[in-house]
Amino acid sequence: MRSGPGTGGGARGTAVRLALMAVPAAFLALFFAYPVAAITARGLYADGRWHPERFAEVLTDPGIGGVLWFTLWQAAASTALTVLSALPGAYVLARYDFPGRRVVRAIVTVPFVLPTVVVGSAFLGLLGRGGLFHEWGTPPVTGPVAILLAHVFFNYAVVVRVVGGLWAQLDPRQEEAARMLGASRLAAWRTVTLPALAPAVAAAALTVFLFTFTSFGVVQILGGPRYATLEVEIYRQTAHLLDLPTAAVLTLVQFAAVAALLACHARTVRRHRGTRGLVDAAGTARRPRGARQWALLVAVLCQIVVLLVVPLAVLVERSLHGPDGYGLTHYRALASTDGTFAVAPQEAIGNSLAYAAVATCIALVIGGLAAVALTLPESGRRVGRLVRGFDALLMLPLGTSAVTVGFGFLIALDEPPLDLRSSWILVPLAQALVGVPFVVRTLLPVLRAVDDRLREAAAVLGASPARVWREVDLPLARRALLVAAGFAFAVSLGEFGATVFIARADAPTLPVAVARLLGRAGESNYGQAMALSTILMLVCAAVLLALENVRTDRSGEL
Amino acid sequence: MAALRLEAVTVRFGDRTALDAVDLDVAEHEIVCVLGPSGSGKSTLLRAVAGLREPDAGRVWLDGRDQRGVAPHRRGVGLMFQDHQLFPTRDVGGNVAFGPRMHKASREETERRVAELLDLVGLPGAQRRPVTALSGGEQQRVALARALAPRPRLLMLDEPLGQLDRSLRERLVIELRQLFRRLGTTVLAVTHDQGEAFALADRVVVMDRGRIAQTGSPVEVWRRPASEFVARFLGFANIVPATVRGNTADTPWGEVPVPPGTPSGPCTLLIRPAGVRPAEAPGRGLPCTVTARTLRGGGFSELSLLLDPADGPALEASCPLREAPEPGTTVTVTFDADDVVVLGRGTEDGVA
Repeated sequence: MRSGPGTGGGARGTAVRLALMAVPAAFLALFFAYPVAAITARGLYADGRWHPERFAEVLTDPGIGGVLWFTLWQAAASTALTVLSALPGAYVLARYDFPGRRVVRAIVTVPFVLPTVVVGSAFLGLLGRGGLFHEWGTPPVTGPVAILLAHVFFNYAVVVRVVGGLWAQLDPRQEEAARMLGASRLAAWRTVTLPALAPAVAAAALTVFLFTFTSFGVVQILGGPRYATLEVEIYRQTAHLLDLPTAAVLTLVQFAAVAALLACHARTVRRHRGTRGLVDAAGTARRPRGARQWALLVAVLCQIVVLLVVPLAVLVERSLHGPDGYGLTHYRALASTDGTFAVAPQEAIGNSLAYAAVATCIALVIGGLAAVALTLPESGRRVGRLVRGFDALLMLPLGTSAVTVGFGFLIALDEPPLDLRSSWILVPLAQALVGVPFVVRTLLPVLRAVDDRLREAAAVLGASPARVWREVDLPLARRALLVAAGFAFAVSLGEFGATVFIARADAPTLPVAVARLLGRAGESNYGQAMALSTILMLVCAAVLLALENVRTDRSGEL
Repeated sequence: MAALRLEAVTVRFGDRTALDAVDLDVAEHEIVCVLGPSGSGKSTLLRAVAGLREPDAGRVWLDGRDQRGVAPHRRGVGLMFQDHQLFPTRDVGGNVAFGPRMHKASREETERRVAELLDLVGLPGAQRRPVTALSGGEQQRVALARALAPRPRLLMLDEPLGQLDRSLRERLVIELRQLFRRLGTTVLAVTHDQGEAFALADRVVVMDRGRIAQTGSPVEVWRRPASEFVARFLGFANIVPATVRGNTADTPWGEVPVPPGTPSGPCTLLIRPAGVRPAEAPGRGLPCTVTARTLRGGGFSELSLLLDPADGPALEASCPLREAPEPGTTVTVTFDADDVVVLGRGTEDGVA
């Protein structure tokens, strides 16, 4: 327990930390806790008393039971499928050095930053009614199969990044040492590498489970009327059936499940951090040797093409596929207004970019302050517990029903002094809420890796605590800050669950416009949805590729 | 007035006491070296002076001013870290310029100071080199230049040469001493390496578990270790309980002559290896078998002998290369009173 420069032992350090935490805490209280609490209260509080019996009523409803069961098993199946199919890819991309490795790594990551709506559209274009396969004569595939495939597509990158990131840093000499002691190749892998990887696999699996458990956009588009996750059901109950009590109960159920998952995740990540014997990832990759290794490389590349590239290619193909052959018909149609849309769909592009830019700024400020507060040197056990609690609090928006947050905004923020119902800022605020966890997760490991003595060296040379931060932490965290900004931007661009409630009819975002177009019949609407999705995909991919140039393997847990 | 004064400085980590009521004065222009094994509290001492760790009790005075509550960046001391802690995002010039910049020196002044210091440490013109491309010795020089740049009133060095290889270390320690003499810098260094401490310091302070075990000039400490702890830490092994009677002492090795004026009674006795004289011709003395001999490296032409005496624990002797007996030979050992030291009972009982 060393106290940091200028903290004067603890009291002042604690004061600085609390001051830094105050802004993110206030932000979360006002724009997360308050709306969620308001909507929950509206559902469960009536006639001057609480109605806990509604829990029993809702949870014993057979329809809801079906939703819970589907949510659970599809998340488990998606997770298992994703981990199994992505482990070989994680290995190959971590350990094999081959021409084009950087490009492949970038391609693998693209789906992760794609909006769920785009992923839904891509798989609809591939498998669904009016999709490519349907056109070729196979019956349209929707429901569980399409959902699982889309989830694997979406989360492949999580496993490759988290597991592959650690795999690349494991010292190959440890396995060699086991071989020298008489272990076979398989035994060495099983006894040395696998135990070292296990925490990363667990962390990746939990992350995938979390994302698929709360899946909204993908299921909304591919699930049809029969299949719904909790999140989709919450949306139906609030937006279509106006059944707030049911929505409130479901929100709390999802909240509890997510909190439990996050607690597990925090524990595995903590263990993960303790892994010893790591080496520089740059030095561990080797050219594949022998027919087997080349075969594995080729197999993984084929898998990546089929699983990740084909759906995106089909999305582009569908967007160009007009009534009179290929052309830009659908893109041109985006510029025109028909009766049901208040504005031309293409205006959504400008709206989305502007909202996402503002949301990114908010997320960077809030997440940045939080990350700095979390990396101040610890000054006591009680403060340590406070810090861990704050850390967990920051993650909650990631797993809370975005639909609830969005609807909560409408219900809670409609009275002075916080009458924001008709303000444009509502959308970036909601999007920033989802961006903050990404910013924190990206900045935290980098700031934590800064050697405290480097800060002390600066302090002894005459730098005040604020100056130390500017001169030491900031330059070291610059790249991570850029990466965090990129993530926040991509996440904000793709945010759908909350935005769908609060985006004004005359100012839709790209995902909202896509969903509206898909919700209406007609080949032109379908084509325009594909065209808008393609544009959204290109923007996200461009952001990601820009990031690949600044990103290092150490920046970020996600 | 002392440049630095510590008054009963105590630092605790939980229930472990890292510094236990330490008193220490460092005069202006003096080079003081704190010597001790790892965990003896020497680095904590530097951190307390720098203000990186506020003492739990006691006071730190710099130039007669109480430093309680003064933040590290306002204390005007320099600290060179064990592993240098150069700023990786800045080049050599940027690292050295950091201190002057923080003290709001003008651009020309800073540049002049950087050039001057890089000349001084033997890296002229290295301003634009990235610090990641420097060798260990060069990093050490840059760290020194960086610490000196803001003209600290007290320069503190934490294991300054710890990570360098031996020959470089021996050369640099002499360069450092000459440099500090020339600049008149007041220096407080800590190290676990006695050679480094003796070569660098005007005064050596030996620490044991958070307390000062002995203070004195290198020669004093070497000649008269104050306690068994200090003697063992300096590498002496011939230490036994003894009873002094007149001019001799009863030891497990038999009678050993002691310096005149040694008070009678039980004590702990150290015989320096130089005072153990093996002779191959039989005669009066302690018969021993030579079990091993080791050539001391460096510029010494002396051998270290390990002897197994007929009575008592193993003995260490040093003798010139030419006269050294082969392992296996039997020798007769006599002792020289000049190299016999009666040790104090150590700091545990409060006797320094």
